[in-house]
Amino acid sequence: MMWLSPSESEALSLSLSVAARSVALSLPLAILLAWLLTRRRFLGHTLLDAFVHLPLVLPPVVVGYLLLMLFGTRGPIGSWLDRVLGVQLIFTRNGAALATAVMAFPLMVRAMRISLETVDRGLEEAARTLGAGPIDRFATITLPLMLPGVLAGAITAFSASLGEFGAVITFVSNIPGETRTLPLALYSALQTPDGDAAAARLAVISLLLGLGGLLLSEWFARRVRRLLGR
Amino acid sequence: MLCVAVKKRRGNFSLDACFELPTPGVVALFGRSGCGKTTLVNVIAGLLDPDSGRVALDDVVLLDTERRICLPPERRRIGYVFQDARLFPHLSVAANLKYGERRAPARRYVSLDAVAGLLDLGPLMDRRTHQLSGGERQRVAIGRALLSQPRLLLLDEPLASLDAARRDEVLPYLETLRDQLHVPMVYVSHDFDEVLRLATCIVLMESGKTIAQGGVGEMSLNKDLRSIIGADAVGAIVDGTVLGTDPSSGLMRVRVGRGELKVQAATAAVGAKLRVQLLARDLIVATQAPRNLSVRNTLSAVVTAVTDDDADSDLIAMDIGETLIMARVTKAASRELGLAPGLPVWALVKSVSLRSHAFAAPPAIAAPPAISPGSPGA
Repeated sequence: MMWLSPSESEALSLSLSVAARSVALSLPLAILLAWLLTRRRFLGHTLLDAFVHLPLVLPPVVVGYLLLMLFGTRGPIGSWLDRVLGVQLIFTRNGAALATAVMAFPLMVRAMRISLETVDRGLEEAARTLGAGPIDRFATITLPLMLPGVLAGAITAFSASLGEFGAVITFVSNIPGETRTLPLALYSALQTPDGDAAAARLAVISLLLGLGGLLLSEWFARRVRRLLGR
Repeated sequence: MLCVAVKKRRGNFSLDACFELPTPGVVALFGRSGCGKTTLVNVIAGLLDPDSGRVALDDVVLLDTERRICLPPERRRIGYVFQDARLFPHLSVAANLKYGERRAPARRYVSLDAVAGLLDLGPLMDRRTHQLSGGERQRVAIGRALLSQPRLLLLDEPLASLDAARRDEVLPYLETLRDQLHVPMVYVSHDFDEVLRLATCIVLMESGKTIAQGGVGEMSLNKDLRSIIGADAVGAIVDGTVLGTDPSSGLMRVRVGRGELKVQAATAAVGAKLRVQLLARDLIVATQAPRNLSVRNTLSAVVTAVTDDDADSDLIAMDIGETLIMARVTKAASRELGLAPGLPVWALVKSVSLRSHAFAAPPAIAAPPAISPGSPGA
């Protein structure tokens, strides 16, 4: 993009890459949890529900701090990952993806649950009588019918990931080219003398991305509705 | 043979059902709304687990709480046609039909082409399900269930959500399934006309319990059934045999019991079965051979029972040769004629009353299909 400086376009492409990783990481788990929380009653249901929603009510800095404790090089999970898989999360874009994934997770699960609740269980029963087992049923009936919620959740989470600040800067710091996403770049620009123009440009990009996400989500929802004849 | 004996309590409601259906055949679960018909069907399908009981189809035990056997619905191979069709909205008609077929065992007794032909589904194949009319939806639902190659087909009021015209559109297709594919069916309905048209036997339900069962002819005179269908619909259902056409009147001659009726009906082959309804209010009883009457149909009979109908009338059950019919007469007439068991009488049937009730009766013993739908599961 002509009007962006190299470091600004770097922040943009990094943000997109982090958000994409974040959504890819959390999507399967979010579908599983949405299904568990909507369709199953089990011991600890309320606790799990609260745990999933925790990032909504915790200060993002706290989430970043907890991630640092768990996934830092000396944290219980971080040290294991480093030793066994040679994967480092701290100060990396994968770490940034993890932090944004955790923060956007409740939004994603919530959108999916709302969608799953509208799926007619009678259709699943019909699939059963036609010989479909549990996984078969989920893949061929439940998942396609909750697809609007899955897409809405993914797009919302993607947009939220682009904007996550507190958890990212706490967990993976603000390293240009590695973890300096759009909001972090914007923050850095504001800290620099003569950074006002750069900050304004970054803000406009964020605005356009957010708006694009919302429009895309609406477009998907309409397409699916038309497909299902609603 | 389908054997069902199950119990289930659910709050204030308790299901206690027990019946047998010789296969192939169509059993109608008949009773007022809310008497537990759907609950019973869900138990047979496996969608609802009973507290105790047993469900077996031929030599396959689907459920036996004592032996801790409970096959999940997906392994019972029982087709289910729901009242609300339950077509998959994200799939085309063709994909809906193939859903069950793809999951059916390799040995099949009916193909997609055959089902499409039987149910006239060809023109609907590429449509989305929301573009279908109510009758079309049910036809697709029936086709989808059939293509899963079921050993038994459950139909839970499949016509209840349709208007009269749509109902008449779908009913002939169900008769086709019965007469051509010989699929055993359990048919839930609270519409007696539908039952008369399709069933070989009737299981009567009341507040969760099966209270009577038997062949349609025998059940048509049942006291509990009479109270459900109302006085005007009371009458014997008789499966007669077509003897031929009467040359002078053009009416169909049908043998019922020892006697013969002339019925206005669409042409049927000699020897074909024809189901007729003789409403109790349309029968006249005479103790002497009647002459010089406008009534065309007279059957000689022997009174077998005289029972109270209401304050003013009696129901007279009469044997016309291993077949029972029933007439409603006033108590005064009943007394004056001295109607009592053993008395030989003549039953006069107004021809007109038969016209709209002449149904193609199901075969008494159906020929086995080329490949039996009863082959046990894969």
